[in-house]
Amino acid sequence: MAEVLKLEQIRKSYNVGTAVETEVLHGIDLAMQSGDFLALMGPSGSGKSTLLNIIGLLDRPTSGLLAIDGVDTATLGDAALTQLRGQTIGFIFQYHYLISAFTACENVMMPMLVDKGHPDAEMRARAEQLLDRVGLSRWRDNNATNMSGGQQQRVAIARALAMDPDLVLADEPTGNLDTKSADAVFELMRQINRERGTTFLIVTHNDDLAKRCDRIVTVVDGRVA
Amino acid sequence: MKSWLPFEWIAAVRFLLEGLMQTLVILAGIAIGVGVIVFMSAMLAGLQANFIKRVLTSQPQIQLIPPDQVARPLRTDKGTIEAAIVQRPTQRVLSIDQWPKIRVEMQNRPDIVTVAPTVSGSGLALRGDTNRAITLTGIEPEVYFRIVRVPDYIVAGGSQITSEGILIGTELAKDLGASLGDKINVTTAMGGNRILTINGIFDLGNKGANQRSTFVALRTAQSLLGLIGGVTSIDLTVTDIYAAETIAREIAAMLPVQADSWIKTNAQFFTAVQAQQNSNTLIRAFVGLSVAFGIAAVLIVSVIQRSKDIGILRAMGTKREQILRVFLIQGGILGFLGALIGSALGAFALIVWHRYARQVDGSELFPLILETQLFVMASGLATLTGVVAAIAPALRAANLDPVVAIRG
Ligand SMILES: Nc1ncnc2c1ncn2[C@@H]1O[C@H](COP(=O)(O)OP(=O)(O)OP(=O)(O)O)[C@@H](O)[C@H]1O
Ligand SMILES: [Mg+2]
Repeated sequence: MAEVLKLEQIRKSYNVGTAVETEVLHGIDLAMQSGDFLALMGPSGSGKSTLLNIIGLLDRPTSGLLAIDGVDTATLGDAALTQLRGQTIGFIFQYHYLISAFTACENVMMPMLVDKGHPDAEMRARAEQLLDRVGLSRWRDNNATNMSGGQQQRVAIARALAMDPDLVLADEPTGNLDTKSADAVFELMRQINRERGTTFLIVTHNDDLAKRCDRIVTVVDGRVA
Repeated sequence: MKSWLPFEWIAAVRFLLEGLMQTLVILAGIAIGVGVIVFMSAMLAGLQANFIKRVLTSQPQIQLIPPDQVARPLRTDKGTIEAAIVQRPTQRVLSIDQWPKIRVEMQNRPDIVTVAPTVSGSGLALRGDTNRAITLTGIEPEVYFRIVRVPDYIVAGGSQITSEGILIGTELAKDLGASLGDKINVTTAMGGNRILTINGIFDLGNKGANQRSTFVALRTAQSLLGLIGGVTSIDLTVTDIYAAETIAREIAAMLPVQADSWIKTNAQFFTAVQAQQNSNTLIRAFVGLSVAFGIAAVLIVSVIQRSKDIGILRAMGTKREQILRVFLIQGGILGFLGALIGSALGAFALIVWHRYARQVDGSELFPLILETQLFVMASGLATLTGVVAAIAPALRAANLDPVVAIRG
């Protein structure tokens, strides 16, 4: 099994070089194999989102090794990180964050559109297929924000899968949903993981959902507990 | 989503459409600015064209006259200094030296269209117990009327001049109580005296000119002014009216004459035009500046409103340059659309104004000049202004930290 993610001694400090410099992550080690379905837990403020942003190449660690698909990211420049992020990582956020100026289908197309530059029929077909998979074919021409929270989050899942990423990062994807929708959204991710072997790293505060993951990693005060 | 549009254009258009109210308000602002500029520029161009047309149909474009007469005091001994007051000599009415030769030379120049020799001097028109000072101009009608379109201004009679005939202005006719076909007595200081028949009466649209100007046949003027066989000026028109001054200088350098172009004799007008153009440029610059600030302000607000969208786009692999372009394009679109609407508004206002703004005599105040060039220029400049104004907001969007944007 290929190693999708490898973290060694990842540290992150904020306000480096000032009087209020604070280290939030104190040397995190973590590895994920292709097809893993991992829950990241921990109390509020423990550094889960910070870690996820670093893994997602949105932020850089202060020190430590971060390899995605075996590629060390330390030497990559801003443009190369953006490129790698687009190709290998899908994001699902707590507040679904669909772009309101576009329809559900267009939101799913967006990662492919950004990558290729021009829309094409293939893209649309793939987006429709993904929407179909998350059970929202009927809603594809609906304005993105004109849907319930659970529906929006399912569109976000379809969007995260658009580029067929090696790793999907979800920061409290069910945190903003009622129990029933949360369960449905979680189950959808679990099914996609089983069907396609997509690797998921899910931050959650929900113990029940975490128990249904392959593995639980708990972070407390910036350390893996 | 149209497949021929790239991502940046799609996003730019969607963002503008989503914030429709903001978009419409700023478009209105740009349109008003561009409309004012278009209206002002076209009207100025019209007024200017009108004036030039008027000047060019009532004045020669270049006039050749004898050189200034200068007194040259004689000095006998070298090195002796004399305290002499040299008075400027009186400028007698003189003929141009060897004018037929000059005339031929002028006719042979490709940049000169019409060559009309004239004789002019002052005289006195008498009828009954009234007399009036006049300017007597002797002309060869067939060529002279190509320069000064007297026939266009005739209000009574015709423009043919017999050897014993004269054309006079409406004011002079009124002052002398004379009408078409009446005879008037014309005398000059040189002792010339003729009884002339009024062949026609003209109205040049200027009271002074209507009082003083008179036209007679060349030979008649020559004998009245004591200049048999001579002419006092050679009037010219040229192919390129704006080259008149250059041509005039060339002629003056080549021949023993003084050459005055219409550009020089109407220097005041050109100074006025220049001043107007300067203030016009200033107004344009400030309108452009306020349009630019308007666009920038709207886009900065839009960047702030859309920071989450920008963050999510960056998270899914959108490059900084792509984000930058999305906002530059928005600026360009705003500028371009605003200019289109503004041009239409300006043109409309111009047409309305043209219809209702009349001169005292009911003729148009200015000709309606709607040059495509003006609209192309306005649109191009407005688009450019939009893009430039969008630079700061676009950079801000491109440099947004996605972590902050998504967390926020
Ligand atoms: N930009 C920043 N500057 C300074 N400190 C920060 C910054 N971002 C996060 N922190 C701090 O880092 C710590 C970890 O924050 P983080 O958001 O990663 O926690 P979390 O585990 O995701 O919490 P939650 O469960 O509430 O989402 C917190 O103490 C937070 O105050
Ligand atoms: Mg968090």
